[in-house]
Amino acid sequence: MADTAISAPAVHPEPAQPAPLERPDFEIVPRRGLVLVAVAAVLLIVAIASNKLWPLMFLHVAGGAAWTVIDLFLGLVLGPIIGRMSIPARVEFTTRLMPKMVLIMPTVVTLTLAAGWQLGLKLGTVFSFHPLHPWVVASYIVVGVMAVLALGLLEPANIAVLIELKKPRPNPEVIERLMRRFIYCAGVLGAMQIATLVIMTKLASG
Amino acid sequence: MNERPLPPVTQLGMVSLALIVAGGIYLSAHLPRHVPLGPAIALLAASAVLLAANMVALSRVRDFAWDRFVEVGKWSLLAYAVIAGMIEYAFLRDHIRGGALVVLTLSLVVFAVHVPILVGFTVARYAGTDDRVAA
Repeated sequence: MADTAISAPAVHPEPAQPAPLERPDFEIVPRRGLVLVAVAAVLLIVAIASNKLWPLMFLHVAGGAAWTVIDLFLGLVLGPIIGRMSIPARVEFTTRLMPKMVLIMPTVVTLTLAAGWQLGLKLGTVFSFHPLHPWVVASYIVVGVMAVLALGLLEPANIAVLIELKKPRPNPEVIERLMRRFIYCAGVLGAMQIATLVIMTKLASG
Repeated sequence: MNERPLPPVTQLGMVSLALIVAGGIYLSAHLPRHVPLGPAIALLAASAVLLAANMVALSRVRDFAWDRFVEVGKWSLLAYAVIAGMIEYAFLRDHIRGGALVVLTLSLVVFAVHVPILVGFTVARYAGTDDRVAA
């Protein structure tokens, strides 16, 4: 695996050139992971086409659990840890984590929402006459806020960090700035996931 | 890091996406009853105006890494076009018809164009001076 040099942060210009740091080579979108994404997409299409309760419930619960756990863990546990890491450690961690996140998050979100919508149609919870419908609308609002944050801030920051890291001499200050945005967003999303847990457990228990 | 003055593309984009999401929630929250389309059309129109404002503001930026913007934006556009296509397919499969389908389809168009703009902008704004091309 080829390594590339990265300069130390240049917040205060130093007379001497900072020592280059090592970072592993990587793919912005891991191509091998696309196979797993395709498998997940096929499973989702089959589940929706068959419109059977168990496959829909499985994809919605499994995808939702993965989404919630990743957001909570990243936002409330890993985020603060990453914030206290040294720049080289943060760069190496980012290089290994972010490409996986480019594939994992859209996949689990798509599985959860698409299977969840179909499940709601089947169980009737998306219809306005259902007694638990206000809770479903509350979940739309929570998901809507998370979608705006993820699409408007998180994903652009994720892609921008990876493209910066791909440069022959990445700018650590840019990476730090974008990672700060990523970590704050992940924290907010983690907090929103607690609201999701409250709503979903209420819907499941009736 | 030298910050260049740039239009608030990200902020406007997020407001635009929020308006689209609000329209979607408004329509889906009333299922299966017939729902007045006025509020959804107003939200879509406001979102589309913000998209247009963002495109105009961005087109006026000088010394911007347009190569980077296009390089990232085109792949992002492809990905979001596929996602929007899948959502549109779900609308058709769920027998959504008439005005609601038109509003939701146009909302998807705004969504599928605006997110790639945000991704391309975020990448291009941090591009090195070598990547920048005078507008």
